[in-house]
Amino acid sequence: MSATRPKIKARPPTRPRLGKIGESVPRSDGTPKVMGEFAYASDLHAADMLWGHTLRSPHAHARIAEIDISQAVGMPGVHAVLTHADVPGRKTYGLEFTDQPVLAIDRVRYFGEPVAVVAAEHPEQARRAAEAIRVVYELLEPVADPERATEMEPLHPDRPTMGHGYRDDPRSNVVRHMVIRHGDPETAGDVTVDGVYEVGSQDQAFLGPESGLAIPDGEGGVDIYVATQWLHVDRDQVAPCLGLTVEQVRVHLAGVGGAFGGREDLSMQIHGALLALHTNRPVKFVYNREESFTGHVHRHPAKIWCEHRATRDGRITCVRMRILLDGGAYASSSTTVTSNAASFALGPYRVDNALIESTSVYTNNPPCGAMRGFGAVQTCFAAEAQMDRLAAELGIDPVELRLLNALAPGDYLPTGQLIDGALPTAEVIRRAAALEPPAPEGFPRDPIRLPGGAGNTTRGAGVHRGVGFAVGFKNICYSEGFDDSCAARVQLYADGSATVHCAATEVGQGVTDVILQVARTELGTDRITLAPHTTATVGSAGSASASRLTWMVSGAVRDACRAALEEQERREGGEVDVERVHHHRPTTPLDPETGQITGERAHVALAVAAMRAVVEVDIDLGLTRVVWVGTAQDVGKAINPQAVHGQIEGGTAQGLGLALMEEIQTRDGRIVNASFTDYLIPTALDMPPVTVVLVEDPEPDAPYGAKGVGEPPAIVSVAAIAAAVRDATGRALTRVPIRADDICL
Amino acid sequence: MEVLTPRSLDDALRLKAELPAARFVQGGTDVLVELNFDRSRPAALINLNEVAELRGFLRENGALVLGSGLTYAELMQPELATALPALAEASRTVGSPQIRNRGTIGGNLGTASPAGDALPPLLVESAQVEIASVRGRRALPLAEFLVGPKRNALEPDELVVSIRISPSGSRQTFMKVGPRNAMVIAVCSLALSVDRERGELRAAFGSAGPVTGLVTAPLDEAERFPAAVAAAASPIDDVRGTAAYRRHALRVLTGRALERCLA
Repeated sequence: MSATRPKIKARPPTRPRLGKIGESVPRSDGTPKVMGEFAYASDLHAADMLWGHTLRSPHAHARIAEIDISQAVGMPGVHAVLTHADVPGRKTYGLEFTDQPVLAIDRVRYFGEPVAVVAAEHPEQARRAAEAIRVVYELLEPVADPERATEMEPLHPDRPTMGHGYRDDPRSNVVRHMVIRHGDPETAGDVTVDGVYEVGSQDQAFLGPESGLAIPDGEGGVDIYVATQWLHVDRDQVAPCLGLTVEQVRVHLAGVGGAFGGREDLSMQIHGALLALHTNRPVKFVYNREESFTGHVHRHPAKIWCEHRATRDGRITCVRMRILLDGGAYASSSTTVTSNAASFALGPYRVDNALIESTSVYTNNPPCGAMRGFGAVQTCFAAEAQMDRLAAELGIDPVELRLLNALAPGDYLPTGQLIDGALPTAEVIRRAAALEPPAPEGFPRDPIRLPGGAGNTTRGAGVHRGVGFAVGFKNICYSEGFDDSCAARVQLYADGSATVHCAATEVGQGVTDVILQVARTELGTDRITLAPHTTATVGSAGSASASRLTWMVSGAVRDACRAALEEQERREGGEVDVERVHHHRPTTPLDPETGQITGERAHVALAVAAMRAVVEVDIDLGLTRVVWVGTAQDVGKAINPQAVHGQIEGGTAQGLGLALMEEIQTRDGRIVNASFTDYLIPTALDMPPVTVVLVEDPEPDAPYGAKGVGEPPAIVSVAAIAAAVRDATGRALTRVPIRADDICL
Repeated sequence: MEVLTPRSLDDALRLKAELPAARFVQGGTDVLVELNFDRSRPAALINLNEVAELRGFLRENGALVLGSGLTYAELMQPELATALPALAEASRTVGSPQIRNRGTIGGNLGTASPAGDALPPLLVESAQVEIASVRGRRALPLAEFLVGPKRNALEPDELVVSIRISPSGSRQTFMKVGPRNAMVIAVCSLALSVDRERGELRAAFGSAGPVTGLVTAPLDEAERFPAAVAAAASPIDDVRGTAAYRRHALRVLTGRALERCLA
């Protein structure tokens, strides 16, 4: 038998290529992931462990009249069936506002909301026991239309997001309402273009479902191993609900299979810990795919009303925008998304007069929160479509119009903030515009290189080529007075080798190698070990969010390395152990009434990207193929150029998905496409080659000048690809994802 | 759940007669998804992977007899692709290479989804479905085998063993519309053949009615055929597309397919 089986070649022993800052370093998790050897959170195992299962609401909005667990507790293999009554501490949690019940109390507000949890010997026993829990629901009318939410009964009568320094809005179901008033919003122009744009709800669609393992420590505390984005804030949310101190809860990073914002909010953390402490056994959760779609927040669906005014020669005089974001059932990070959408609504353009109104509302739709681009994706799509309309109206080349209005250091954001860091808008526009797309390919050709791809729908009939251009920008690091920090700890040994501790979460973005590259550069050695990412041995690194981690981690590791070297020198050798906390420069909140800065700045720094996209569209069938993407991105300094390219390609793929196919569809709040059969993400055949230009204009305040790179490509690509499809079809296409119907009916 | 692995067709049929609530599984590309999504919990699975009689194909008096265990990857191989070109084209549109290596033509018939990619090309080629049970054998035209959305004419003790086709040798093609360029379930699909011998245009559409539908017309009615196919469909609005789009797309696909096959 063995003779017929091809022998698996032994891998040649590889010496890891060690790199310093600015060198392309192969990802340390790359080979294990490709070989199937990487341990994801769903692979966790502990001796004697039980399996957890969550009973979820089948209704988007209902009152809970009764929960009867009596049948479930007696079922084979079942060790615990817990409801809200068993939550020993605070009954609610949340990333910014504690408005979300650990387990539903008297009401469910979204389809898939957790109602009870079960632990059993076998996952199937846990599932069956959950099915045997009898919940009596009294159905309530769901608030499904965000445009009507402010007229409906309040879903959170206690208004959890009010009284925190935001504008007090008396309307029902408002999460946050903000207005940015800049210059004189009544300023006229020679020409005016207006438009209404819509963005569907995108899912992070990470491949690794929510998974984790909670292990009781035998002394009343618990260790949670979980795929997450922010270890310390998980801990800080979990502990009060368990009635424990933060020291009694230790959160450790387990292998993360993608995040993109969807792991900022908790999933199984409290549930697993509750069951583990209740049963005194380790408890593991692995969500299935359908559950994953309901088990994390999504990108906010948006509707955006725009009016752009300009002079005949193309200078923007005034922009008025109104933004409505559907926050879904719970606040999550909606308040910040609301503000980000407004702050970057104008695009990276010099605009002296503007009125921007941004509102997020509670509904009974799936909760929305953080996702790559964080509010700027939605408004970039609208603002860039407006720029193209303006260019058409004025008869000016779209690239020229953007250059003419390009924002630069010395200019002001609509919030009144002076741009004092690096922002090479004009340069990224010029560099991206200079990239030469490949010449159109003739016919006949293999149908897989035509719109419709493997479906064999055309040999060239109906195929039109289109080119689009867009520019997008957003903030780097947290904003509006949420001044976070990042800790790193370095144990420097007598022989010059070192162990680095940092709780930064490796979510696939490559922060592990950033940490190692900084440490190698600063310590001048390759003999560096990276300790596990955990809350147990080092302070918070903050979240893998807001394109902030490269900046913050670089600063913290650099500072700790330098301090360790100094300390070792002071002591004239020996082993030293130092921890340093890196802070970015401070920010302050925006004025709740005017949206203007209350100090020097609300945002730490900005990053900008420009992109040219070429598509082919079968205009008779409405099918699309993105042929090529060329982009120039402001990265400050590329710590690991190869990883930066990876982030730009990945972000482009995610933006392509939103532009052309990805949307969480709901009917009265219920998700109807919670599977990879019906929620489609781009395949290799949908993804074009990407030509990348890295524009390195060091950020003065950033360690090594480096800016985060993850979000700008996801922001700009949606707008660029949509523009290319408009060019190919001649249609307005004011909504993404663009559906076949929108093109050919 | 029990998994039973018979080693012969007779054993498989006997097991199914004893356990009519059991579910046959061949490639598993439909059945395992159903299990994972908890849409069905059969009492037992009868694994057909060791039943040699279901594999491969043979020629019999000019007819092709395709084992129900033939995979899409096998249907794409030159010998079968030459005889049944539209079926090979349809097979190329199925899933990913991994799915095409596992998924089988018998599974497509067993599931009987209106979106089954193999069904339109089989229908235009007037395929006969050969069915066996411990009670004996019978054959049904495919059009009679497909009785509703995800419903077929199998009795609880029966199994599809093969598909019999007399290849028409006509010009034929298959096209499938999906929202992305690979790995999609059909929003709608079309197989079309121009059968000069019978003087007939034959088109079968998928995902545009409760079952795969067949439309025929005399050769000289090519002009009106796209509208006829669109009119014969009875599509619905669902998560994958709208009825209006499906009807429109069928009209476009039929026009293009005719151009290909009449050229």
